[in-house]
Amino acid sequence: MESQKLVISPAPHVHGSNDTRRMMGDVLIALLPALVVSVLVYGLQAFVVVAFSVACCVLVEWFVQKFIFKRPSTLGDLSAIVTGVLLGFNLPANMPLGLIAIGAVVAIGVAKMTYGGLGKNLFNPALVARVFLLVAFPVAMTTFPEATGAVSGATPLALAKESLKAGVPVGEVMQSVDLASMSLGMKSGSLGEISVVALLIGFGWLLVRRVISWHIPVCVLGTMALFSSITWLCAPEEYMSPLFHLLSGGAVLGAVYMATDYVTSPMTKKGMVVYGVGIGLITMLIRLWGPYPEGMSFAILIMNSVVPLIDKYIRPRRFGSVKSK
Amino acid sequence: MKTFPIGGIHPSDCKEYSKGAKIERFPVPATVTIPLSQHIGAPAVACVAKGDKVLVGQIIATAGGFVSSNIHSSVSGTVVAVEPKADAQGNMKPSITIAVEGDEWAEGIDRTDTVVKAINMSPKEIVDKIAAMGIVGMGGATFPTHVKLSVPDGKKAECLIINAVECEPYLTADYRVMLEQGERLLIGARILAKAIGVDKIYIGIENNKPDAIAHLTKLAGAYLEIEIVPLKMRYPQGGEKQLIAAVTGREVPSGKLPIDVGAVVQNVGTALAVYEAVAKNKPLIERVVTVTGSTLASPKNLLVRIGTPMSALVEYSGGIDGIGKVIAGGPMMGRAVSNLDAPVTKGTSGVLLMPTQESLRKAEGSCIRCAKCVEACPMGLEPYLLSALTQQNDYDQLEAHYIADCIECGCCTFSCPSYLPLLDWVRIGKAEVMKRMRERSQKK
Ligand code: SF4
Ligand code: SF4
Repeated sequence: MESQKLVISPAPHVHGSNDTRRMMGDVLIALLPALVVSVLVYGLQAFVVVAFSVACCVLVEWFVQKFIFKRPSTLGDLSAIVTGVLLGFNLPANMPLGLIAIGAVVAIGVAKMTYGGLGKNLFNPALVARVFLLVAFPVAMTTFPEATGAVSGATPLALAKESLKAGVPVGEVMQSVDLASMSLGMKSGSLGEISVVALLIGFGWLLVRRVISWHIPVCVLGTMALFSSITWLCAPEEYMSPLFHLLSGGAVLGAVYMATDYVTSPMTKKGMVVYGVGIGLITMLIRLWGPYPEGMSFAILIMNSVVPLIDKYIRPRRFGSVKSK
Repeated sequence: MKTFPIGGIHPSDCKEYSKGAKIERFPVPATVTIPLSQHIGAPAVACVAKGDKVLVGQIIATAGGFVSSNIHSSVSGTVVAVEPKADAQGNMKPSITIAVEGDEWAEGIDRTDTVVKAINMSPKEIVDKIAAMGIVGMGGATFPTHVKLSVPDGKKAECLIINAVECEPYLTADYRVMLEQGERLLIGARILAKAIGVDKIYIGIENNKPDAIAHLTKLAGAYLEIEIVPLKMRYPQGGEKQLIAAVTGREVPSGKLPIDVGAVVQNVGTALAVYEAVAKNKPLIERVVTVTGSTLASPKNLLVRIGTPMSALVEYSGGIDGIGKVIAGGPMMGRAVSNLDAPVTKGTSGVLLMPTQESLRKAEGSCIRCAKCVEACPMGLEPYLLSALTQQNDYDQLEAHYIADCIECGCCTFSCPSYLPLLDWVRIGKAEVMKRMRERSQKK
């Protein structure tokens, strides 16, 4: 037979449907409902914040790859866009654009690229930027615009913390918050935090598409629920209810979209459980007894730093390592 | 439904192309090239010379040791060369080339269709017969069958498992044998069971072959010791350790052999060859080969004489136009072929033709630590880590992370969303670690 040039490569010769770009695309799709809600609640400025954040992140990554690393563009993996959206989701709707740009430089330029780019960073880039902004520009980060029909400019968490500190009993605090509208998005907060329902719809999508597994989100939220139930049952006059804690602040956004970041979370299911429980615990400690009303970002970053340790000591179960029947 | 305990993937099975094609006898070619090493172990030693006349089924090379295998002529004619010939990867391998004249069979081979059910030989006689007839594992591993049947002292076989999983996508050779030669297959299994002295035979079949399950279950009704075990479809269920775990629930520990948990595994093609060897006195001179691919005009399951050039099969099934890659075996573990004129050997279960656009790998990204490879690994290893450690030449760590357990199934590379060639690296690391382990045990 006429010999023709054949391709030679080692097995396997077929590949599954997993694809970084596809999975990041699924994350973006999952974030859509929450984006829509934030625009409905805060109007176009919410969209402007997210879009600007995405644009800055993409620009920073492109710049670093091209002029500093002198490597081909990595924008195709969509991870810079995901970071951009998540950063936007962690900001108030009236965030000054200049500060957003600084946030993008911190997220991509510092937290991601200095480690060598996608996959190498120890900390979640969007969270590093959020915490940086929170510390550097506390006023801009905690002044929330009046949401359409929402009660106040301060987040329910901040409100509750302040009131409880001032000795107002829980019953009265609860009168000022309506859990049902909180879960839909009628509360103040960072853009992406406001609608738990929209975030959970996205969670469903991520599960269906097998982008993430349930372990981290369920362990984070489960631990928070358990912890706050105990404190609430012990002293219902001093502590807010578990439902309040799950619905407020960045609980769901953090548990589903930030803590599950592949790069900065453990490699095994068992490790994910440990990591998730750790985040839940630390979040509650900060919320109840720490200086800040919200502890999710710190909790995730702290647990990010423990991931190498978790991966070192919690290994997958090897075949043949159980005693034969 | 049963399956193996950890990892695994679900590649699309692509068997529809050839599963309906009845086994067809492929015409005897004009010349055959029969390599002296078609099995794991020492190459066979040629016992014919240039110019000799040979008959079909005549021995032409004798086993070069215990772990080796006899080789028989698959055609009648004249030996025209005993010299190295290019194999499928283009490497020169000692081979015997025979120009075909007619189709004269050696005496004593029962070529009738009568099914011989009685097994009159003793276990020892069966094993000797299997060795004499040159039977090797036909699922692709080509381990000499008589070696696998010789249970070491102090160990005891408790069951025979027939590997009817055929978990490689595309391949349908075993499937067709089950449907068309079911009775003979079961007798082959009983012969194997007698050889190792067990009275329990499991036949593991995945549930994507319901007709084969039904057919064999019906036939097996006549034999109490045979149990058909339907398995949940998942790759690599046909891996020996995975299959044993799926069927019996026992896991072969790291560094141990199936016999350590009392199991002996043989594949469908091997069981049929054993039937023919023991009941019909027929050496291993032909095998069923699936010739398939998504762009082929007529994918086929062909009964092919060993030594037939692959190019002849390809031409017969639709030609090579628009083909980018040819694979000997399945797409997960088969090897890419560079020399199409290389022969079909005892281990060739399929010839798969891939269209050009499917043949190339996608560009590599970076590891995003998604853990998909860890989830997919059926041995519970951490492919991302093994790949990275290999690139750092850290062989001590590789050994500590059990790289030697890797079965080279390819689930990791298949699953990686960044298209990292994980198994390429793991193979390199594993080879070096195995070498070091061997050297260490020799020093002791
Ligand atoms: S090829 Fe080896 S490392 Fe990769 S999945 Fe299979 S057993 Fe695991
Ligand atoms: S599947 Fe690929 S990207 Fe994911 S952890 Fe493994 S090597 Fe990294």
